[in-house]
Amino acid sequence: MLLEVSGLAKRFGDTPVVQDVSFALQAGETLALIGPSGCGKTTTLKMVNRLIEPDAGSIRLGGQGANEVPAAQWRRHIGYVIQSAGLFPHRSVFDNVAITPRLLGWDATRISVSVADLLDMVGLQPAQFAERMPRQLSGGQKQRVGLARALVGEPRLVLMDEPFAALDPVTKDVLIEDIRELRSRLGFAIVLVTHDFAEAVRLADRIAILDAGRIIQMDTPEKLIAAPATPEVAALLAAPRRSAELISALFKGATHG
Amino acid sequence: MGDLFGHDWSSFPRLYAGHLGLSLSAIVVGLLISLPLGVLAARSAALARFALGSASIVQTIPGLALLALMVPLLGGRIGFWPAFVALTLYSVLPLLRNTIVGLRGVDPDVREAALAVGMTERQRLFQVDLPLAAPVIIAGLRTAAVWTVGAATLATPVGAESLGGLIFQGLQTRNWASVIAGCLGSAVLALGLDQLIALFEIGYQRQARRYVLAGLLGLAVLCLPVAGLFQGTPTSAAAAGTAGLPLAGRTVVLGAKTFTEQYVLADAMRRVLERAGARVEIKQDLGSNVAFDALLHNDVDLYVDYTGTVWTTIMHRDDVVPRDRMLGEIGTWLAANGGATEVAALGFENAYAFATSRATASRLGLRSIADLAGKSATLASDPEFLGRPDWVRTRDAYGLGSLQTRQMDSTFMYDAVATGSVDVITAYTTDGRIDAFDLILLTDEKSALPPYDAFVLASPKASKDAVLIAIIRDLASGIDNATMRHANAMVDLERRPVAEAGAWLFEHIKPPPT
Repeated sequence: MLLEVSGLAKRFGDTPVVQDVSFALQAGETLALIGPSGCGKTTTLKMVNRLIEPDAGSIRLGGQGANEVPAAQWRRHIGYVIQSAGLFPHRSVFDNVAITPRLLGWDATRISVSVADLLDMVGLQPAQFAERMPRQLSGGQKQRVGLARALVGEPRLVLMDEPFAALDPVTKDVLIEDIRELRSRLGFAIVLVTHDFAEAVRLADRIAILDAGRIIQMDTPEKLIAAPATPEVAALLAAPRRSAELISALFKGATHG
Repeated sequence: MGDLFGHDWSSFPRLYAGHLGLSLSAIVVGLLISLPLGVLAARSAALARFALGSASIVQTIPGLALLALMVPLLGGRIGFWPAFVALTLYSVLPLLRNTIVGLRGVDPDVREAALAVGMTERQRLFQVDLPLAAPVIIAGLRTAAVWTVGAATLATPVGAESLGGLIFQGLQTRNWASVIAGCLGSAVLALGLDQLIALFEIGYQRQARRYVLAGLLGLAVLCLPVAGLFQGTPTSAAAAGTAGLPLAGRTVVLGAKTFTEQYVLADAMRRVLERAGARVEIKQDLGSNVAFDALLHNDVDLYVDYTGTVWTTIMHRDDVVPRDRMLGEIGTWLAANGGATEVAALGFENAYAFATSRATASRLGLRSIADLAGKSATLASDPEFLGRPDWVRTRDAYGLGSLQTRQMDSTFMYDAVATGSVDVITAYTTDGRIDAFDLILLTDEKSALPPYDAFVLASPKASKDAVLIAIIRDLASGIDNATMRHANAMVDLERRPVAEAGAWLFEHIKPPPT
């Protein structure tokens, strides 16, 4: 197993936010965490790279325990992509992407080669974009720089928190396809937090449904749809099912008519 | 503007250098305090409230009062240090506030991303938080620079050298050219520093060396007047040919308070001491109690004070005794309270006297202070007198409760009473304007106003210097009222430089009886 999370718990004050969450991920596998707002999915994600320290539970990545190294060092081997991209506004695109390699102590040649490769892979011509400042980029371009920054340190695990929520549908669609391709080339595993079932289906091998801080069902998309474990899971699937049925009926009608 | 050229500008480079040094060190140390404190406070709401609250309270204290308060707080020390501490405190508020605001304004997503890519807290502080907060912090630095340079003009009364010296002395001797020079110098320095910081900021942001070079050049230009310091070497002239003189090789520090007579006396005494071979430093424009504190701490060797002043404001006596007894009691009190000594009574008195114009006197029928009782007249006085027991005693003795009192700078009182805008003023009896404006002094039958005999005070250390004391003792009874009044009038009425009046007075000191 690449990632083993077991018995994770966190409370903020008196409110339990995450309770007894456990899951495991194989190399290259993608797990989506889905659930309504406040279900604890983002908190769970941030505990994996120790942006939030858990009250209880253990996290192991490639056999190493999260608390066996300093937090900053732990995070350098885990990619992190967020909705707003979180680029450093005072640094160029190149410098934004080069941060983790520099922290890892790579030499200058390796850094410039890797940064250029990554920019190329996320679809940004290095010659054109390397020296730009973040304010000169569109939303989709920012998200691609954020993706390059997360991947450049050659992590085996990438955490994504609503990475597509701020993008228009076309940009989002292209980006999802690009991430699938990058994943198959580089072989990293993903934990994806989203509230959108369709997004999850596009990327995830397995989906974990969270409610009130607990995982209430975790399975492949096919099995989830076939056999929802609880009424909450069924309710969560009802809306995407209705859209899917309506859209597929419309597509059929258009082809036959 | 003849006096513009007649004025002695040789002190300008020294005062400018003092002003620049004082302001820059206060700003730099203010920054060194505010940055770490701001970083801590940006993380803790409680600390931020406490730090900003304290800094705001400091800011509400008027600059002059804050500076003056530092003298007793630093144990009576005068000069650079109390001014430096006060100005540093003054610069902290804008720096601290902008540091906190700037750091809190950094996008939380960017701060989280910094940790997520693997920065430590410390790396995040220096590579993300501070660079992103820098524009706001630098805006605070510019505000602090302008405030501090402005407030440094108020450092004169605590004995620090700044362009305030030109302003304070110019106001007292009505030398407007000097006042304007002081204000302009300080304004140029404030705006210059402000623009320089802006240049360095642009240079840093655009990574453009030419802005930084322009900034360095500007800094050099701002420091240019200081170069004047190294051209003339007045000490060498004084040092040459002093061998064999009684005070050769010694430095004597003279104190002077904030009015014409004190400047002129200090200048005349400087000549007396230089004739004996000493090198002399004058700390002028000292506040009344500041001068005495400085004397007790040997920061000043000698200065001239007045019996009535020491009696009421330093010894806190509110009775009046005959003048001979007063001098004796002051001597005893000084010996028992810190060890300063009275060296010589100079022979003239600079008392407070109620003065009025001839026209007002005949209109209100005034000959004595008693004639003011029950009248609704206006009395203008310096703030010091109205705060002293002298006034309370005089008011109660003569029943002057009906008078309206107005505080006024002594420079303007004489014009005010001569033109009739006020009816009566508390004049200084050695002021040349009493004769020049044809003012009438009201008699004080009840002797409510204490005597104000001028005498030289020596610090505990200087008191042990027999040679120095002997030279000063020779000045006893050397200056009478008419001579002092004439010297004061040279400055106040004829607009001659203080040095000229000092030279005249030096020539007219009566030699001791042999």
